[in-house]
Amino acid sequence: MTQKLVVIGAGMASGRVLEHLFDAGADYDVTLFNAEARGNYNRIMLSPVLSGDKTYDDIVTHDADWYAEHGVTCRFGEHVTEIDRDAKTVTGQNGTVPYDKLLIATGSAPFIIPVQGKDLPGVITYRDLDDTNAMIDAAARGGKAVVIGGGLLGLEAAAGLVERGMDVTVLHLMGHLMERQLDESAGFLLRRDLHDKGVKVICQASTAAILGDTHVEGVMLEDNTGLEADLVVMAVGIRPETRLATDAGLSVARGVEVNAQMQTSDPDILAVGECVEFDGHLFGLVAPLYDQAKVVARTLLDEPAAFVVKELSTKLKVTGCDLFSAGDFADGEGREDIVFRDPMRGVYRRLVVEDDILVGAVMYGDTADSSWYFGLIRDKTDISEMRDTLIFGPAYQGGTPLDPLAAVAALPRDAEICGCNGICKGQIEDAIAGGATDLGTVRATTKASGSCGTCTGLVEQVLAVTLGDDFVVPAAASICGCTDMTHEDVRRMIKSQKLTSMPAVWQECGWKTSCGCHVCRPALNFYLLADWPLEYQDDPQSRFINERKHANIQKDGTFSVVPRMWGGITTPDELRAIADAADKYMVPTVKVTGGQRIDLLGVKSEDLPDIWADLNAAGMVSGHAYSKGLRTVKTCVGTDHCRFGTQDSTGLGIKLEKELWGSWTPHKLKLAVSGCPRNCAEATCKDIGVVCVDSGYQVSIGGAAGMDVKETELLVQVPTEQDAINVIKAVTQLYRENAKYLDRIYKWMGKVGLDWIKKRIVDDLDERAALVDRFELSQSIYRKDPWAEHSSQKADSYRPLANLSLEAAE
Amino acid sequence: MSNWIDIAALDEIPQRGARMVKTALGCVAVFRTGADEVFALDNACPHKAGPLAEGIVHGKSVTCPLHNWIISLETGEAQGQDEGRVATYPARIENGRVLLDRAFLRARVAA
Repeated sequence: MTQKLVVIGAGMASGRVLEHLFDAGADYDVTLFNAEARGNYNRIMLSPVLSGDKTYDDIVTHDADWYAEHGVTCRFGEHVTEIDRDAKTVTGQNGTVPYDKLLIATGSAPFIIPVQGKDLPGVITYRDLDDTNAMIDAAARGGKAVVIGGGLLGLEAAAGLVERGMDVTVLHLMGHLMERQLDESAGFLLRRDLHDKGVKVICQASTAAILGDTHVEGVMLEDNTGLEADLVVMAVGIRPETRLATDAGLSVARGVEVNAQMQTSDPDILAVGECVEFDGHLFGLVAPLYDQAKVVARTLLDEPAAFVVKELSTKLKVTGCDLFSAGDFADGEGREDIVFRDPMRGVYRRLVVEDDILVGAVMYGDTADSSWYFGLIRDKTDISEMRDTLIFGPAYQGGTPLDPLAAVAALPRDAEICGCNGICKGQIEDAIAGGATDLGTVRATTKASGSCGTCTGLVEQVLAVTLGDDFVVPAAASICGCTDMTHEDVRRMIKSQKLTSMPAVWQECGWKTSCGCHVCRPALNFYLLADWPLEYQDDPQSRFINERKHANIQKDGTFSVVPRMWGGITTPDELRAIADAADKYMVPTVKVTGGQRIDLLGVKSEDLPDIWADLNAAGMVSGHAYSKGLRTVKTCVGTDHCRFGTQDSTGLGIKLEKELWGSWTPHKLKLAVSGCPRNCAEATCKDIGVVCVDSGYQVSIGGAAGMDVKETELLVQVPTEQDAINVIKAVTQLYRENAKYLDRIYKWMGKVGLDWIKKRIVDDLDERAALVDRFELSQSIYRKDPWAEHSSQKADSYRPLANLSLEAAE
Repeated sequence: MSNWIDIAALDEIPQRGARMVKTALGCVAVFRTGADEVFALDNACPHKAGPLAEGIVHGKSVTCPLHNWIISLETGEAQGQDEGRVATYPARIENGRVLLDRAFLRARVAA
């Protein structure tokens, strides 16, 4: 007897179920409900429709003829209002139909972030053809679009809208795009390619409100950034559409729960697609939906079948952004990373291996081998034999591993070695024949490796091949084991290639580790914030603990707290507040420092936010006694009290400290101002010292009184206090922009020479002014009290995550 | 009784960072890597008992803030030329929550 099958939802999954059923010649009388006023079409292809590469007709999978041929009763554009399981009927807006078997394929609903303005006209989601058409209409009017959500769907929407001529900005809550499918490095490359296509991306952007009266006009972020918008596309995620199932009393968790036969808690009701939850999994990609469809069809045919969850892979359908991810690429116990980066071609490839089996892969830029890797993941192939060459893809399997020198020797004379300057191997060989015997002379005569520097190793290999034993590859002092590049190379790259994030540096400079180490990360963090104060956001996790917690760690894990005393001047009130804090927090040691202030030693981490709040309340701020940054400006009493003083050294010291505090520098920066050449403030052994004389101010630099003891050298004598302040700001900025991380001024000066510094600060007044401007720009971000910020906003992070002292062991 | 204790939301530990959990028998550091894996170790470096929770986390290692010993988060072993080991405890993430095996509360011998 012909059975009645009712299907709710005409999506890709249910369409596939019907195909299987009819192909098998099943005897079912089918009624197909769809809330959309049309039948099954290929939703994956909505992005090409949006971008104009395809039309709706191209993506229809089942047309009216097909439904007629198979006797399907189509009730399109009709919402189902109720499932009655006792009567075994389904009721739509236009009437009730009975069923023997029911298939729920209601798909998913877009997640709408609950902000003000979410219902304004002009705010749309991206799920179906109506949404797509609404975007196409909006794009025809031009203007600005904001896409909320930097996942697959959001980025495809953004790319499509750009194709249609809109000015598009993507807002993404997380730190990098598609964070569920990509790691940071691939996310960086994607962002760069999208940027080249004209899509602006703002990460860590939390939407506060959508603005507008009768139509959307803009988007406001939590940090009060405002963006104009004529169209807002919400693509933050989807959730299974389960309302009908819930109302019918079926078992529903996040999705409609099904067994491996795709039956719900009622065996006559099956479910398929994005509305389904199986074994804790939800499904958003098409491959598992098609697998489910097969199982549904066989269950309806009373044939045995079971759905199993398989490995999935992701590709993004945006032209020019080739990416692929599959499997599990999280770091984990027993897992090893194999990373390959080719900065010039924008290629990134990362494989994750566990127990000689490939478990995950992320590829960007060149995804030609993706299906091979996906096969290895899916089949759990033992890769131990090919591990050494696995990263290079299937073309490199078998045969003996390549000797890099042999490979260079085999290159023809016209093989390009230096992409930046277009230098071929032959030109380098000619230079060597002409007498060049090391990297420096090759670089000087051919320019090879003189720009971005990434081909340095290759040039050295050409030297080694050509000169044989006469050439010894120099052991360049790289930053650390994560890279072969030196500090200088990396700084040059950061500036010339406009690298503004850490993943950008890792990628473009070919880092060999996934996320650096304790040596390179603090250096990169400094270089990035010094060179890109507005674009780069300081990363506390890349800072040594003292700078992360704004206090000096002591050998027992406690901290020391040093409030700032501007120019070494304090007041009875400040001293009382310090004494009260020392009592209240039971500070074991109170010490006067060499920089003219007071150190409270032995404070517990969890007390830091409170002691800071108390000191803040008394008007004091962090002394940055822990930082690679401005420490103190030591002064003598100058003309205020001293009978020998020639200028107001205390006043200048306070002014300098107020201008410079909060700035980060390659190493600690200590200043002093002495009121006369007797030099009671010991200014001539500081990083920057000022000695006041009758006729003005002698600014000298490069002193130290630590591991090395150095006397400063005179940079310049200037007539006014303001000149002295500007010279000091300029030299500080020059040092920030050029010195190697952890070089104090004297070490930096030893490398570049005092004359080089003088040329820029003393001889060239325009350069001096530009340096002062850049310093001020940076200070507009960093001249603030971290204690106040941390005690009000981050106090929890100083306390234990949990206290289980009272918890029993068993 | 479940063997797993719910400690906190994963979000409360910064990526490439750690937080400390107090117990009657000393502190345990709970680490979160850049790839959102969690590891739990005694919060005391085998060298001079430095608080590992305050170190810089990179890959699956942490660098002790006192003298730059590098400790594997997976095994607790000191890396490179240094020798020593800290105790590790099972930790996992479930539904965005960090869970520790109750076993970590039992008496621990300082390494």
